[in-house]
Amino acid sequence: MNKVEELKPQILTRINEASSLQVLEDIRVSVLGKKGEITEMMKTLGSLPPEERKLAGQVLNEFKTEITTALDAKKTALEEAELNRRLATETIDVTLPIRPKQQGRVHPVSQVMEEMLTIFAQMGFDLAEGPDIEDDWHCFEALNFPPSHPARQMQATFFMENTDGNVLRTHTSPVQIRAMENQKPPIRIVAPGRTYRCDYDMTHTPMFHQIEGLVIDTETNMGHLKGVLADFMKKFFEVDDVPIRFRPSFFPFTEPSAEVDIGCSRKNGEFKIESGKGWMEVLGCGMVHPNVLKNCGLDPEVYQGFAFGFGVDRFAMLKYGIPDLRGFFDADMRWLKHYGFVPLDIPTITSGLSANGGAKR
Amino acid sequence: MKFSLSWLKDYLDTTASATDISETLTRIGLEVEEMTDTASALKDFIVGEIKTVEKHPNADKLNLLTVWTGKETLQIVCGAPNCRVGMKSVLALPGVMIPKYGEKLEKGVIRGIESQGMMCAEDELCLGADHTGIIDLKTDLPAGTPFVDILQPDIIFDVNVTPNRGDCFGVKGIARDLAAAGLGTLKTTDVSPVQGTFKSPVNVTIETPDCPVFVARYIKGVKNVESPAWLKKKLIAAGLRPISALVDVTNYFNIGENRPLHVFDADKLTGNLCVRSAKDGEKLDALDERIYTLKEGMVVVADETGPQSIAGVMGGTPTGCSSETVNVVLESAYFNPISIAKTGRELNAESDSRTRFERGIDPKATIQGAENATRLILDICGGEASELVIAGAEPNEKRIINFNWSTVNKLCGMDIAKEKMIEILTHLGFEISGNAITVPSWRLNDIRYPADIVEEIVRIYGYDSLPALSMKTDEIITSTLKPHQKNEIAVRRALANEGLCQAITWSFMDSRLAALFGSKGLKILNPIASDLDEVRPSLVPNLLSAVKRNNDKGIADVALFEVGPAFTGVQPGEQKTIACAIRSGKTGPRHWAEKERSIDAFDAKSDAIAVLAAVNAPITSLQVFKNAPAWYHPGRSGALCLGKTVLAVFGELHPKILNAFDVKGPVVACEVYLDAVPPSKGKTKAKALKVSALMPLTRDFAFVMDQNVEASKLLNAIKGLDKELIEDVRIFDVYQGDKLPEGKKSLAVEVVIQPKEKTLTDEEIDLLSQRIIGIAAKVAGAELRA
Repeated sequence: MNKVEELKPQILTRINEASSLQVLEDIRVSVLGKKGEITEMMKTLGSLPPEERKLAGQVLNEFKTEITTALDAKKTALEEAELNRRLATETIDVTLPIRPKQQGRVHPVSQVMEEMLTIFAQMGFDLAEGPDIEDDWHCFEALNFPPSHPARQMQATFFMENTDGNVLRTHTSPVQIRAMENQKPPIRIVAPGRTYRCDYDMTHTPMFHQIEGLVIDTETNMGHLKGVLADFMKKFFEVDDVPIRFRPSFFPFTEPSAEVDIGCSRKNGEFKIESGKGWMEVLGCGMVHPNVLKNCGLDPEVYQGFAFGFGVDRFAMLKYGIPDLRGFFDADMRWLKHYGFVPLDIPTITSGLSANGGAKR
Repeated sequence: MKFSLSWLKDYLDTTASATDISETLTRIGLEVEEMTDTASALKDFIVGEIKTVEKHPNADKLNLLTVWTGKETLQIVCGAPNCRVGMKSVLALPGVMIPKYGEKLEKGVIRGIESQGMMCAEDELCLGADHTGIIDLKTDLPAGTPFVDILQPDIIFDVNVTPNRGDCFGVKGIARDLAAAGLGTLKTTDVSPVQGTFKSPVNVTIETPDCPVFVARYIKGVKNVESPAWLKKKLIAAGLRPISALVDVTNYFNIGENRPLHVFDADKLTGNLCVRSAKDGEKLDALDERIYTLKEGMVVVADETGPQSIAGVMGGTPTGCSSETVNVVLESAYFNPISIAKTGRELNAESDSRTRFERGIDPKATIQGAENATRLILDICGGEASELVIAGAEPNEKRIINFNWSTVNKLCGMDIAKEKMIEILTHLGFEISGNAITVPSWRLNDIRYPADIVEEIVRIYGYDSLPALSMKTDEIITSTLKPHQKNEIAVRRALANEGLCQAITWSFMDSRLAALFGSKGLKILNPIASDLDEVRPSLVPNLLSAVKRNNDKGIADVALFEVGPAFTGVQPGEQKTIACAIRSGKTGPRHWAEKERSIDAFDAKSDAIAVLAAVNAPITSLQVFKNAPAWYHPGRSGALCLGKTVLAVFGELHPKILNAFDVKGPVVACEVYLDAVPPSKGKTKAKALKVSALMPLTRDFAFVMDQNVEASKLLNAIKGLDKELIEDVRIFDVYQGDKLPEGKKSLAVEVVIQPKEKTLTDEEIDLLSQRIIGIAAKVAGAELRA
């Protein structure tokens, strides 16, 4: 077994000095292969006497294990070195821009409508709808507009040709009538939609958006109206307190009627909700007029309730700091990319109304 | 409605500040839009005294003045013809803001001579319209005195009067509301009648139901002088131009007491007056310098020669008062508001009188109005009044509302003491006897129901006291959005996710362009612009216009969508909700790693499918047909159908359409008819997932077939061949070109085979391949490519 002592340092040196995986493999074959040095030595074991054989076998096996371990270790080291060499050649410029992926936008009007629906749904309101083209009954007559009311004139309202006074609805209030005609109280609905008036200047567009609210039962009073609107403002503008002022006003379809102002300041065009700095009118509302109830077949001695309506576009402008109404309907890609909302920015009750979708890309 | 604080104080005894008054007005429903202090704009002007007047050496029409400011003498160039030595006028020094021009005065050189200030005319200070000369102050106060000391400044309120409050188109009505709100007491005014001394030579008859009463009075021997300063000042504050005493008196009562009046020059009238309907074609040369052609039904006041005024709207020039007027007929009448509104509208004639008549004046104030006006005319112009001529009679409507006092609490949730309610109503002129409330005559147009009385009480008591109550939420169970409502939201999110921006465009468009999109001629009678005169039959045209606008701004790659109505008729409900997406240009900007490409019909098809998937349409059951509408490219468009129902159309837009919109193509679009999509079954449970433990395998085939055979035929045939084994069929290459015979195309197809029970043997796979080749040949006439 002196041969083992003689071979061992030689083989270990060879392993240690192997320069590549191939060289190492060659060494492995020359030592442990079918005709390898250790294999050959193993073959000689059979010719030894049994007592020597046991001892020699033990020595040889230990030798083999030691060499195998050394080979494995060297293999790992060589592989690592090789990988490092390869990695060193595989550098890319990670500052290069990523592949383009177009991210679209949801229009602020739709976004804000969804926010409003989310709030009102929590208060138990259903969503109702009505057509864009309305007849005189739903748009005016049933809403207690007198025949000579300016809204019934061509300066204010778009009329359709070849009809008996059909109009592009001037407000979402006709949905009130449709709701009362089609369902029994209690009624609690909101109705968003397109509305139209003959007006086109810095602050008016011939088409705009309103959302209407209607509650009819036997006991809802103007205090509830104030409560609902105050709650709504807080939730919509996402502030703890919104100064709110009810001011007497006039609408043919409500009595008493009110306009609602919110306390705010405007500095350099920046809108901020705060008290003591001034008021801004934001919506009209009131208790549903007895004539309107009668027109819908409801007894005003029994039923009562409130209605409100306001401009969705304007609320979008206020909340999101959009300066000019006219950009809303121009479909300018730059405007939409800038003021629009990313697809995953979905207003929810759990996550809150705004800033859910992450950054715009 | 504009009026001054001093005018208000003629009717209201109050110590309240202007700010208190303004805030109270807004609080009780008379919103103050603006409150201005006449002094604030004029505080820097001073009295200047003219010391010398010479001709400007270089200009005939200009004078060269020296003006004493109280401290120094200035040289001023002035064009006014009324300059004279010793005259005191209003002087503006350099740096002072001139109200009319909204600019600061600068030292200037006029025709070579330096001018060190400006002497002002009335109009330049916005005190009136006069520009015939500089203001002659006729004052004893020395030069240098602030002009506002002479002016006696005033506060002017501009109130937004709601259409139901005709009474507040009079200063007196506003005073009454303020008194009810606790801001003072309503003053009593002189209501003593004037004793007529003779019988009017002009008589009045009424021949129309639109005039219940017409009160007239002949006043002889008047002098139509310039109005006294107090009267002019009130009118100017209200935004009116003083004209002459007779005219100014009528305006004074119009604004002051909401009592429109008219004065005819009696000597220019022929015979008696008749209030009647106009005859078609009658003309009136009116005071607003327009000639009106009248129509049957419009009420006029006529003499024997024809109409002399449009009743309640506008007087006529021939019988108007001038400085020579000596004898007049004063008119105080009541006209039907609806008739006035109709006439005014048809003639497009605006006047303060019309504004008041059409909102409803006090029908019981005609006689009193005539008496008040007579008294003031006699005061200012002298003369002698006839007895009153009263044609018809003041309407004697008396409205009593039976009022349950608990209604206030029921409607508004407010507890107000009954005594307080009675006090408020009494101040407003209501008469109360138990539960019976009599409406004052000046509120007959407005107060009809108990709810109206509730509003009166609550608005004066203060809306600030409204409680903010929460609504019960247990009674009404919130149903979620209806499926189609949910769909619209889902579609918007889905298309934004596909990289498109949501646009909102007009519901109307140019009828000439609508004709290219299946228009049914649904025109608007009075469009806002001639190119917005029809409700849109499709969403494509307005989005295409938007593409054009974007292109014109240098944005070539446009990806827009809209979800909204397209109209099928002019009756309510004749509209469809459509999701429309449009793309132009390239898929994106140039990029180092990925090649951009032109958008094509398949981008539109992809958008359509994204929409349909978002609304849970059965997208795997859709069939594609080639029947898109005429505005699509006939060869590069299609329709996605469910049986016979078209759910969506898509494709490249027709070159003629692009031409009509002056847009460079290609532009692709899709229109998804959301209303046509069958409602989703709303199943919440998923089918159990069955996963085979065996490996799927794929086989590729290259088929050659006629170009006009649709790929879907081949795909569907192979898919349908063995639904157990064939999991998917994909086309991974399409080739047409020289390497194939003419009229042929090659489709490379990858078939995914998923063994279910056991691994397939080579023979079984070969057999399936042969069947695939067989069905392809049978259904699509396809052969394996050699």
